[in-house]
Amino acid sequence: MDPRINVINKRLAGVKKIIAVSGGKGGIGKSTFSAVLALTLSKAGYKVGLMDLDFWGPSGHVLLGAQGISPVEDKGIVPPQINGVKFMSIIYYTEDKTLALRRAGFDQAAIELLAVTQWGALDYLIMDMPPGVGDVTLDVIRFMEKVKFCIITTHSKVVMETVKKTLNILKQLKIPIFGVVQNMKEKNLSVEMQIKRLHVPFWGKIDFDAELEGAIGDPKKLLETKFSKNVNKLIHKDSRNHI
Amino acid sequence: MHEWALAEAVVLTAEKVAKEQGLGAIQGITIKLGQLQQIEKNILKFAIREIIQHQRSLFKKAKIRFQNEKAVFKCRNCGRKWNFANAGKLNFKESEAIHFVPEVAHVFMSCPQCKSPDFEIIKGRGIWVDSIVGEKEGPDGSENKCH
Ligand SMILES: Nc1ncnc2c1ncn2[C@@H]1O[C@H](COP(=O)(O)OP(=O)(O)OP(=O)(O)O)[C@@H](O)[C@H]1O
Ligand SMILES: [Mg+2]
Ligand SMILES: [Zn+2]
Repeated sequence: MDPRINVINKRLAGVKKIIAVSGGKGGIGKSTFSAVLALTLSKAGYKVGLMDLDFWGPSGHVLLGAQGISPVEDKGIVPPQINGVKFMSIIYYTEDKTLALRRAGFDQAAIELLAVTQWGALDYLIMDMPPGVGDVTLDVIRFMEKVKFCIITTHSKVVMETVKKTLNILKQLKIPIFGVVQNMKEKNLSVEMQIKRLHVPFWGKIDFDAELEGAIGDPKKLLETKFSKNVNKLIHKDSRNHI
Repeated sequence: MHEWALAEAVVLTAEKVAKEQGLGAIQGITIKLGQLQQIEKNILKFAIREIIQHQRSLFKKAKIRFQNEKAVFKCRNCGRKWNFANAGKLNFKESEAIHFVPEVAHVFMSCPQCKSPDFEIIKGRGIWVDSIVGEKEGPDGSENKCH
C-alpha cells in the first residue's frame, strides 16, 4: 500500500478552493494565468498557494522571479512566500536542471510533493498543470477531493477544438469544471457563446497584453499589468459566485 | 523533520485498513523503506509513535517493523541494471533533494554504461506499507492480515 495517497486530502484540508489550471494546448498562458491569478488574489487579501506541477517545463519561478528561496522543514515541507503567495515547485530540488521524467515518474513526484507539502490555511490553491489533460494529470488529480479545473483557451479554432475534447473528458470523468478562461483576446473575438453552448461555465476573458513580457520575473510589475486588471475582474466574479 | 509527514501517512493508512476490515486493534505495521529515499528509520519510528499516542485503543499493541529494500535501477536506453552502491557519488545537496523527491534522481544520476537519464527505478524507491496486521472486532477475535 502506498501510504502517501491517504494523506493528500489531509494536507489540503485547510484549503477552501483548489483550481487546477489546464488547457488543451501548450503555450496558451496556463502558467502566466496561474502566477498572475495567485498574485492578484493575494493582493486582494486572500490566502493563496501556487503549485507548479509542470515538472517537464516549470515556469512559475521564472514568472515570479523566485530566486534564492527554498522551503523549510516542519512536519513536512513549508513552501516559501513570494509577495504573499506560498510557492511550491520541483525546482527547489532539481537546481533548475532538466528532469527527464516519464509518466510514471511524474505521478510519483507529484504524489510525493502533495503528500508532504504543508499549505496551512488557504483560500485558494492554484495548480499550474503540464500541457494536455487526458494522459498525465488525471491520475494525480483523482487523489484530491476538492479540485476543480480551470481551462485556458484562446479564440483559435485549433485550440478550441482541443479544448472541447478536454472539456468532454472532464465531463465524462465527472471532474468539476471551475470555468473556462479565454486568454490573449484580440479585437472582439469571443468564444463565450461557444463555451456556454457546451454547458460549461465561462469565467472570463483576458486581453492580449503587449506589455506583459516586460513584467515577467517581477511580481510588483505583474500586478500592474493589464493582464492582472483583467484577472481582478475574474476574481470579483468568483467572489460573487457569478461564474 | 519531513519524515513526520510520511509518518502521518502511515498512520492514516493503518486507520483506513482497520476501518475497512473492521479491526479493533492493530498488532503490527510493516513498513518497507526503499534505499533511494534514505528515510531516517528512527525519526520515522519516533514520529509514528508520537502520532499513535492519541489513538491508544487502536494502536496499543502495535509493533512497528521495518524492512530495507535495496534500490535497483534499469536503463531504458541500453538495458543495463545497477544498484545504489555503484551509482556514483552524490553530494549532500543532491542526496538531500532525492530524499525529498526521489524522482530528481533522474537529474543527478545516469546510467553507468550509456549515461542516459532515462532509467527506471525498479525497486527501493521510497516508503511502502507492506502489511497491517490486526484483530477483528467482535467475539472471535481472529487475526487478519492485509497487504
Ligand atoms: N494575455 C497575454 N498577452 C500577451 N502574452 C501572453 C498572454 N498570456 C500569455 N502570454 C505569453 O505567452 C507565452 C506562453 O505563456 P505560458 O508559458 O504561460 O503558457 P503555458 O500554457 O503555460 O505554456 P506550456 O504549455 O509550455 O506550459 C509567454 O511568453 C507569455 O508571456
Ligand atoms: Mg506552463
Ligand atoms: Zn544505459
